[in-house]
Amino acid sequence: MRLVTALLLSVVLCAGATRALAAGEASADADWQSWKANANDTDLASLQRGARDFVGYCLGCHSLKYERWSRLGQDLQIPTSLLTKDLIPPGEKPTGYITSPMLAADAEKWLGKAPPDLSLIARSRDPDYLYQYLKTFYVDSERATGANNLAFPQSAMPDIVAPLEGLKIPVYKTIEVAGAGGKMSQEQVFDHFKQIAPGSMTPQQFDQFVHDVVNFLDYVGDPDRAVRRAMGIWVVLFLLAFTWLAWLLKREFWKDVK
Amino acid sequence: MATTERNTELRAPSEPLPPGATPVSKKRGFWAWLNKRLPVDEFIADQLTGYYAPKNFNIWYFFGSLALLVLVIQLVTGIFLAMFYDPSAADAFNSVQRIMREVDWGWLIRYTHSTGASFFFIIVYLHMFRGILYGSYRQPRELLWLVGMLVYFALMAEAFMGYVLPWGNMSFWGAQVIVNIFGTVPVIGPGLVQWIRGDYGISGATLNRFFALHVAAVPLILLLLVMLHLVALRRTGSNNPDGIEIKERTGADGKPLDGIPFHPYYTVKDVVGVGVFFVIFALVIFYIPTVHGLFLESANFEPANYLSTPAEIHPVWYFTPYYAILRATPNKGMGALLLLLALVSLLLLPWLDRSPVKSMRYKGWISRVMLAVLVISFIGLGYLGLQPAEGVYVILARIFAIGYFAFFWLMPFYSRIDRVKPVPERVVYHAH
Repeated sequence: MRLVTALLLSVVLCAGATRALAAGEASADADWQSWKANANDTDLASLQRGARDFVGYCLGCHSLKYERWSRLGQDLQIPTSLLTKDLIPPGEKPTGYITSPMLAADAEKWLGKAPPDLSLIARSRDPDYLYQYLKTFYVDSERATGANNLAFPQSAMPDIVAPLEGLKIPVYKTIEVAGAGGKMSQEQVFDHFKQIAPGSMTPQQFDQFVHDVVNFLDYVGDPDRAVRRAMGIWVVLFLLAFTWLAWLLKREFWKDVK
Repeated sequence: MATTERNTELRAPSEPLPPGATPVSKKRGFWAWLNKRLPVDEFIADQLTGYYAPKNFNIWYFFGSLALLVLVIQLVTGIFLAMFYDPSAADAFNSVQRIMREVDWGWLIRYTHSTGASFFFIIVYLHMFRGILYGSYRQPRELLWLVGMLVYFALMAEAFMGYVLPWGNMSFWGAQVIVNIFGTVPVIGPGLVQWIRGDYGISGATLNRFFALHVAAVPLILLLLVMLHLVALRRTGSNNPDGIEIKERTGADGKPLDGIPFHPYYTVKDVVGVGVFFVIFALVIFYIPTVHGLFLESANFEPANYLSTPAEIHPVWYFTPYYAILRATPNKGMGALLLLLALVSLLLLPWLDRSPVKSMRYKGWISRVMLAVLVISFIGLGYLGLQPAEGVYVILARIFAIGYFAFFWLMPFYSRIDRVKPVPERVVYHAH
């Protein structure tokens, strides 16, 4: 009986949460350009999940050709046994670079364009952009891949996150805009996404997934950043002490100058 | 007074030596042995302890020694980068990433070099501003100013070619744009561009020669010019914020009354400047090495790609004032000519200034307003050079370009009619 009550309660709560989310979503989607990745390279658990998900969902097509598996394990504190067992593809060595098995020539044939190496993607593009990109795929039957993207229109990449996120279509609204000469015209602008098929993840889980992957890519773009930041404070403190001593010395000498 | 005591200790003997005689150091052992063979003591006495600098230097006088420091930093870090860098179109980009990720302390060396390049220009611009502010280019220091400007031009060449080496997409397209400026030279233009590139477009051949020029030819020229700059400075002595020649007021010992020995007074003072500089330098290297795309642009994290043009091509910030002048001119050839004129104007400064006084302290309001116009125009142009060349930006760039040129080319007139204040006999100095 208690079990049944608990189940009923959770169903009610879930439904309520979904409804609240749906109501909020309509307005939240429209400002997708201001979504933030909130990348944080000190969140080790997030980076580890990001590494796992990168291997699971991205490595099929995208390489990280400047990062070695061993470096990844070392920086993200993943033991070599786990690294070899779960992350490194069979036949690859821990000292090797993280490369995709997909051949560039094949990729060009299948997708029209070889998927880019992602080692530096968080540096050439903003992490926020990557976050927005991964969260704004939508169904578009006119594209060969069946998907399109708001952040990167006509993107050649298929919507590989659809099994997790589900399928969604954009809903547009009509607004009046003043054109040249003060003439009013109507324009279609994106308003919100409408979910048409569920994925295996809840919106929160999917959001966490995207955050983790972007966070991981941000780390790969500048793997020494954490070391650099931790070291910098000591360097600056030393230099401040040095400058203070130098200033005392200068003051002593300059007492002579009248 | 302790000052004079300290000076006499190492000063050359007051009686002139007979011609051909070598001064003998009183010291013994290795030092004496060394001095018989190399004029170390003499050099120190001549250039450091016996070199008198005005005692009223202010904060603006730190940037000369700091520029020398950054030059050394760039040479040392550059040597280590060259050990791992591969100047080929196929591997240049990869080798920079290898330095950043796999060479021990590679990231520190590379970020120090890339940050050093921008700091070099910050310091040189402040150093040049000091010269303009206190009239350091005026007689008898015209040649000192000219050599300094040549150092600046050599530095521009060095920085431009260094920027191409990482072979990022902005390096590639920036090189394309800047080298093409030489195509506006009448008659020989197209041939000249091809000669610079060593190819029909920017390619591996260009990269190879830019590497050779960046690591060997231009640094040698830079070092030679910097040495000349220092030798010329030693001949005339430093100017000072009051623009007074301290050599004209000497004491009984023949030393300038308002001068103090460079060493130890300015060496200990410059060390404080070095400390402050390093604090700021380290903060940038360790916390914001890209300075949000200003020191290292995001488009340069993509390898050079002749099929994909970056959305906005512009040079690094230290060239953008001139780039803005170039783009603000409707005709390309005319733009290149104005760019050249912007640089030549700086060279001619000693002969454009007709004011009876050197320092801004004693110049009138017109000169002050014009200096403000120059600073605002230069910074304004620098900002606009980073923005797309469209709409109001172009109009603003034209206004600032006029402001920039007005400072120089109206100077013969306004500097003469400007009402000046009387210059004191001695420098203004308050002991701390």
